[in-house]
Amino acid sequence: MDWFMIFKAFIVGGIICIIGQVLIDKTKLTPARILVTYVTLGAILGGLGWYKYLIDFAGCGATVPLTGFGNLLAKGAITEVESNGFIGAFTGGIKAAAGGIAAAIFFGYIASLVSKPKIKKQ
Amino acid sequence: MKPIQSKEEYQTYVDQKTPNSPIIKNCFNAFWVGGLICALGQIIFYFCQMRGMDETNSYTVVSMLLVFASAFLTALNIFNKIGKFAGAGSLIPITGFANSIVSPAMEYKSEGYVMGVGAKMFTVAGPVLVYGISTSILVGLIYILFNTQSLILV
Repeated sequence: MDWFMIFKAFIVGGIICIIGQVLIDKTKLTPARILVTYVTLGAILGGLGWYKYLIDFAGCGATVPLTGFGNLLAKGAITEVESNGFIGAFTGGIKAAAGGIAAAIFFGYIASLVSKPKIKKQ
Repeated sequence: MKPIQSKEEYQTYVDQKTPNSPIIKNCFNAFWVGGLICALGQIIFYFCQMRGMDETNSYTVVSMLLVFASAFLTALNIFNKIGKFAGAGSLIPITGFANSIVSPAMEYKSEGYVMGVGAKMFTVAGPVLVYGISTSILVGLIYILFNTQSLILV
């Protein structure tokens, strides 16, 4: 276990979150818009091949924030295009990100089954 | 105190009197909570590597476990407390994406399992997936057009 790498993940992940916090506090963007911005930005950076340098540097500090999710989609599309051609542009993205998406939907559904409907406390 | 004459003067007066917005504190909380989630991810990543998984699978397992943890804590109503405290620190990591699915799913349970849970799950996650996936398809198509190494600046 590389403790310095864990430390770098902490710092880089934290900085990415600070940028989000500044966007929340200083602009009128809703959280949904910020998430969309992050994913799109990550996909563009991933498409340009730049995001992987951040992953090499910080590991999960770069993959866990939503920019990493966008990067995964874009990288998947490119990898599939290389191996499958045209159709890969449509299949690759979701294929690469399938684990996270499927887990979120499945666990979300299970959580809603087992939980009582929330009564908002003031 | 001299009377306030112009709009600008009033604005500076208001700026002086309003307490400093807690942006520094918010950023600090977002920093360490977000950083901690990423560091936790990195530790899970190393455990996966120890069990002999390759890099891609390890990153997927990290996402899935963090998503699971987030769904679990959301179901127990703990995550929204963390969210209030940490702001973007819990929103920006994939935990926030999971929370944005689980939270409305729980909230709209009373509207039924199809149009309540099934549909409202995607109020926030839907746009994220739409823009993320659309961008990835565009990236793939552009990559075909410029099927050279020039686009991938490696």
